[in-house]
Amino acid sequence: MGAPLFEDVIREGATWSHVLKRGTALRLVDTHGGANVGALFYNWENPTERYNMPDTLKAQHTARLTKGDVLYSDMGRVLCSIIDDSVGWHDPLGGCSNGDLVTRKYGPSRYQEHRNARHANAWDGFVIELEKYGLGARDMVAPLNFFSRVSVDPDGTMRFEAGQSPAGSFVDLRAEMDVLVVLNTCQHPLDPSPVYAPRPVSLSVRRVPPPAADDICRISRPENQRGFTLTERYFL
Amino acid sequence: MLTESPRNPAEACADTVVAAGDPWIHEIRKGQYLRILDLEGNQAADTLFYNAHDYEDRYSAQDTIRAQGNIYLTTGTRLMSSKGHVLLTIVADTCGRHDTLGGACATESNMVRYALEKRHMHACRQSFLKAAIEWGRGLEKRDITHNINFFMNVPVTPEGRLTFEDGVSAPGKYVELRAEMDVLALVSNCPQLNNPCNAYDPTPIRVLIWDPVD
Repeated sequence: MGAPLFEDVIREGATWSHVLKRGTALRLVDTHGGANVGALFYNWENPTERYNMPDTLKAQHTARLTKGDVLYSDMGRVLCSIIDDSVGWHDPLGGCSNGDLVTRKYGPSRYQEHRNARHANAWDGFVIELEKYGLGARDMVAPLNFFSRVSVDPDGTMRFEAGQSPAGSFVDLRAEMDVLVVLNTCQHPLDPSPVYAPRPVSLSVRRVPPPAADDICRISRPENQRGFTLTERYFL
Repeated sequence: MLTESPRNPAEACADTVVAAGDPWIHEIRKGQYLRILDLEGNQAADTLFYNAHDYEDRYSAQDTIRAQGNIYLTTGTRLMSSKGHVLLTIVADTCGRHDTLGGACATESNMVRYALEKRHMHACRQSFLKAAIEWGRGLEKRDITHNINFFMNVPVTPEGRLTFEDGVSAPGKYVELRAEMDVLALVSNCPQLNNPCNAYDPTPIRVLIWDPVD
């Protein structure tokens, strides 16, 4: 990948959004280790087309996301591809925190006393950010959580696996269309730690070549070959 | 957990058979009981719920599984809304577990999963949209989110694989829910012919409603 077009930091417990252009890639870096980045994705041209957790999981027969996997919209197209990843497991199941959960876990915390260190929650961050684009709570879908891992026991029990993302971990997302990306750095809702300690991440955007015929995400499974065909037809 | 219901079908205030491939949309008042019964076995009933007074406040698969710390739905599961309310509670279940990760089939996802030529085949999201259009009251595509698949078996392995397995349901098995608030129920009796979720043979379901006993 070439030089960054721009770089930024998402502070701990903060929300960030950007229309990631087709032909660019977003790198997220867990600078301190132990970060969680909740993420939502919408087709910028028609935001009723958006990231769909079940379609992403069942098309790829997976409940974890990593290099070679793609993020499907509800329209059978690829919004973003995971073209590189040092972690190996990003969680699509756990969802996001909300005000009640954060108050229950970490105690009340208002801006009046705590200023920008107040306890933030991901639901409010997402919905406020979506409103800026004419979207809102009705447009919330199941977000995925980068850098976090939730495994499932044979009886269905969900287990948050702490400490899987050391400092310097990264994931690279290539946009396959212009995608509204909304990110939030609140702690994972299943993080058992009683301490409010969200982590910041750094990010950079670079130009990348279009997916080649032998692109790792395209050829990882026949479903994705069809998914890329449908995505490329969108631009014809 | 396997649990039988004490309610008698002869005393139900509504009793409807929904043919394979058809939607069913109906308001359930607080305190009423809703039973969905798999008449012929191995049928998937794709189901969404909404706060009847605020469609923005709707069933959330992630909040539901996180609240109970388990991905499978069964007796005792409280179905959580996106705004943190308990919509309904599962009070009886003779099937054992139900899926909420597999979502609803769609013409578009069928093209990805099976073949580009599958676009013409009927799918749950077609039924959801048809019912939403006919119901009106502002219900539209962005309200169609991640549903429950009653009677469907979608295991996740410890290694993070997700598979569609043969159903654990059989003729006459049912799930029963008590509405904890006024809710709108939207069901698509799944028409999928491409995977074992319906044993490749979509069949009717029966839907019953009981009033609360005072």
